[in-house]
Amino acid sequence: MNTIKILYFARLREAFACAEENVTLPAEVHNVAALIGWLAARGGVWTDELGGKRVFRVAINQDMARFDAPIPPGAEVAIFPPVTGG
Amino acid sequence: MQAVIRVQQRDFSLAEEYDCLAGRTDIGAIVAFVGRVRDLAPGEALELEHYPGMTEKALAGIAEAAQQRWPLQAVTVIHRVGKLGPAEQIVLVLTASTHRAAAYEANAFIMDYLKTEAPFWKREHTAQGAQWVDARESDETAKLRWEKQ
Repeated sequence: MNTIKILYFARLREAFACAEENVTLPAEVHNVAALIGWLAARGGVWTDELGGKRVFRVAINQDMARFDAPIPPGAEVAIFPPVTGG
Repeated sequence: MQAVIRVQQRDFSLAEEYDCLAGRTDIGAIVAFVGRVRDLAPGEALELEHYPGMTEKALAGIAEAAQQRWPLQAVTVIHRVGKLGPAEQIVLVLTASTHRAAAYEANAFIMDYLKTEAPFWKREHTAQGAQWVDARESDETAKLRWEKQ
């Protein structure tokens, strides 16, 4: 079983009313795409934000990650809107 | 290469950061970029949120990528977070090299990557309430020009 920490930032943190959570992933949730699908299946704002209508980014252990990237054991995963610094 | 990377709430001084590089006889050119809060009325504010840990890592990675590409003697990147008022400074990038071309290009490269890859998010506080700033397609395009070369 892979227990990971998920962080949410900016608009997503507010939409989910959650800054971070620890979750234990089902065996079939092994990469970013599967994780997003699993979270979107929670329904409501989760589906609105992660179901495909809105753009977001994912980082694994503080590096930007692609949707096919595997999720290492105990990873710190962050999900956030496209960045707007500078 | 000397790299200074800082994420901070307090303001920064371009003169002080420039002075840190003074006296270096190997540096022939220093380019400075300062990004500022624009288009806000008095009483309005821009709030910057970031991802502590990843922010510093991303900025250091961008400075490192610039150094791989151009011969740089020093890079300074300072980015502020928290609430900023009209005309306040947001970000400072200094690039130092032997000649100006490398310093100019590396400075633009660092800003283009910072704007698309460093985890900062802006929110505007105006009389109409608080609103997250949307990412701009033109920033992504500006970054891509470095990948084509």
